Amino acid sequence: MITKFRGKRITSMLGILPETVGLFDDEVSNYSFPPKQTMRLKKIMGYDRHRLAKDTSTVSDFAVYGLRYMLENNWIKKEEIGAVITVTLCPDHFVPHISNIVHDKCGLDTDVLCFDIAQGCCGFLVGLMQSFMLLEHTDKKIVLINGDVLSHKVSKQDRNDYPLIGDGATITVLENGGDDEIYYEMHTDGSRGKALIIPAGAFRMPSNQETGIMVDQGDGNLRSLDNIAMDGSEVFNFVQVEVPPMLENAFKRESLTVNDFDWFLFHQPNRFMLQKLAEKAGLPQDKLPMNLVENFGNPSGASIPMTAILNCKESLINKDNKCCLSAFGSGLAWGVMIMNIGKLDHCDLIESDL
Amino acid sequence: MNSDILNMLEEIKPEFDFNDSEDFVMDGLLDSFDIITLISMLEEKYGISIDGLDIVPENFSSVDSIVNLVIKSGGKAE
Repeated sequence: MITKFRGKRITSMLGILPETVGLFDDEVSNYSFPPKQTMRLKKIMGYDRHRLAKDTSTVSDFAVYGLRYMLENNWIKKEEIGAVITVTLCPDHFVPHISNIVHDKCGLDTDVLCFDIAQGCCGFLVGLMQSFMLLEHTDKKIVLINGDVLSHKVSKQDRNDYPLIGDGATITVLENGGDDEIYYEMHTDGSRGKALIIPAGAFRMPSNQETGIMVDQGDGNLRSLDNIAMDGSEVFNFVQVEVPPMLENAFKRESLTVNDFDWFLFHQPNRFMLQKLAEKAGLPQDKLPMNLVENFGNPSGASIPMTAILNCKESLINKDNKCCLSAFGSGLAWGVMIMNIGKLDHCDLIESDL
Repeated sequence: MNSDILNMLEEIKPEFDFNDSEDFVMDGLLDSFDIITLISMLEEKYGISIDGLDIVPENFSSVDSIVNLVIKSGGKAE
């Protein structure tokens, strides 16, 4: 799908992190690989430290913590909120949805629309698209929550996945305003969906004693059917093949070159993949932050706003920025959004005790 | 270049004899993370940048295929 929106803007962005920091150096002994082999990946992949939610903390906890912070600090007023959208792979329950839990705990009015969207890596782009569509029908503000606690679903003995996962959430406030045009392009290939999968835990394969058994996958990584499993080679190849031509097409359609952008804010799988993508697509690496995994880990759909807050806070507050947002991963899905982000009312990163 | 690459492979996976394998990937001597490590070493030694589209298992199945990849990427034997 390719479409455009006009006259919508982001006005505030908040990142909410758990306080617990997992250090790659400390986790090396969890893996069944020689430590020297594993340590080589530290620099190449950007593994260093990641934020981990407590076992009892859920996405709604982070969302409520963040929205209460915004309400208490006058970032937004309750009566200004028209809708709460949560994009996550980690629901608290099958029912009720996280947005409804947030609605309750933050004491929002009954005319506030609340719904959740199940999306992973492309969750920010999908959430923005839904927000922009809602803004066609309301003058109120949209609260977009992106968050995941995927560390709860990753085997600690899986070197492919555990070092890169990070927990946390972001809250983005959107409203009508200005006359800027926003370009949006999104693709899906469900036939490759099993390249990134949590096999058990829902209705197709409910979790039970058997799905929790840890099995050596033949490559030295131990995981169960309850854990996330990623075919790293398949995902890497997919990104290198699909994303550069999509970006080229988008730039051509919008009559833009890479030099026209202030920031390339991309999903953050790992440093290696982003470097290869930047080389392939001819993107300037000084405008494409790649440091989220080494600082906080990859928080799935929250990765783009978290990267923006971590790296571009001053720029996003002080001036307008031509931004290219791109996400790729679970689904498999890949997309790009070209929009101006800037003159934000608020932009910050806070640490919670969750 | 062949012996340099063999040395790199043995540094990454000292427990294997790469001379005994006809396909490093199919035989399980190299996994995706070993390939990433090898790419990093090749790029540093030969001052090259390997195209992301060339990072596929068949280009890492033997010393000869790795040499061909390095040459394709602009690397020259020292």
